[in-house]
Amino acid sequence: MMPVVERDPAEKLRAYAQPERLVTTAWLADHLDDPGLVVAESDEDVLLYETGHIPGAVKIDWHNDLNDAVTRDYVDGEGFARLMSSKGISRDTTIVFYGDKSNWWAAYALWVASLFGHADARLLDGGRQRWIEEGRPLTTEVPERAPAEYPVVERDDTTIRAFREDVLAHVATGGRLVDVRSPGEYSGELLAMPDYPQEGALRGGHIPGAANVPWKRAANDDGTFKTAEELRAIYQGELGLAHGDDVIAYCRIGERSSHTWFVLSQLLGFPQVRNYDGSWVEWGNLVRVPIERSAEPVRLSPVKG
Amino acid sequence: MTMAAVPARLQEVVEEFADLPREFRLEALLDYSRRVPPLPDRLEGHRDAMEQVHECQTPFFVASEVAGDQTVTLWFDAPPEAPTTRGFAGVLSEGLNGATVGEVLATPDGFWTAMGLHEVISPLRLRGMSAILARVKRQLRVHATP
Repeated sequence: MMPVVERDPAEKLRAYAQPERLVTTAWLADHLDDPGLVVAESDEDVLLYETGHIPGAVKIDWHNDLNDAVTRDYVDGEGFARLMSSKGISRDTTIVFYGDKSNWWAAYALWVASLFGHADARLLDGGRQRWIEEGRPLTTEVPERAPAEYPVVERDDTTIRAFREDVLAHVATGGRLVDVRSPGEYSGELLAMPDYPQEGALRGGHIPGAANVPWKRAANDDGTFKTAEELRAIYQGELGLAHGDDVIAYCRIGERSSHTWFVLSQLLGFPQVRNYDGSWVEWGNLVRVPIERSAEPVRLSPVKG
Repeated sequence: MTMAAVPARLQEVVEEFADLPREFRLEALLDYSRRVPPLPDRLEGHRDAMEQVHECQTPFFVASEVAGDQTVTLWFDAPPEAPTTRGFAGVLSEGLNGATVGEVLATPDGFWTAMGLHEVISPLRLRGMSAILARVKRQLRVHATP
């Protein structure tokens, strides 16, 4: 067994429901050489890791590594085990994910790792941006890690992942939906730009009943997460979500909503939060599914009965 | 109407990528990202003189200039934290600078499919390349001789 990697005891983190899911840059800088800890960079820009990364960090490419090359789906248990093994990650390794864009893809990679039940996966608060802004070291040297043993674990698609059928049922029962895209995407106006290539959806708008809370609301400008108190004020206060609510989050292709999934399920501790990774590029192309178009913000009211 | 054709230098770049094994294509793109010519003084800090390509997932600006002999010079402004988009810019400046307006307009929008980048970069991101070329062409149409 690997030695257990301690938690980051930073005060800010202690107020979150699961403080063990986040680490600060200062903590990581002191723990880069911990046995049993692997840092993994996942970026939107697939070349960013090559331009410089946290010393010792491996690259996990959301497109090439986490997605199946043919079917629009994630890799299966064998594929995931192969990936983890090749990065020197075993089942009891502590993975610290970080990346660009306030950790969109890092949260996405963490969410995919959670589909396979990887127990100790954490995010670096502030991600790549904060690490660089603090003047911490980067290297272009790619670490050579010995392959690790990683078991083949079946992916669990039922607990934190939602498919379109789940979303349809959710709409029918008035379940809580959070659209985390920008207001323009939510209202549907962004697909109306003339001459511009469309971003993969034939219809604009949002899933009926969805509230619009752009993912960015949960992040500070330096990419770190807002405090527990600030997050509660947004999602529980302003939006009216209750702790036990069954919530589905979505965006365009499931990356920004992974960020919100992380906030709701890990930082606020909501027990039932799913990410609809099909998101708008699926919903906006589906025949005969209901679509709502309005810029009016929806406030989630309590479900009756 | 000119027949669609990839300008000679751009064709060489396309083939350079196509001939590389899959795992080296990203590295080659990184190489091109470092070869985007710096902006001239007249454009440096003057983003209003350039056009933003909104489809790119990062701030990205393009300007095209046409000389008396109809040859084209393209200028790109992309932040260093967007190496993939910068790589596209590097490919386009290397491949299209010095071509004539007619040659650039005749470049097929999907010229990059032959580079084999779709095996290593997501399709949505690759559209950035088409979007940049579309802007360049739109800017150049006003210079096109009928």
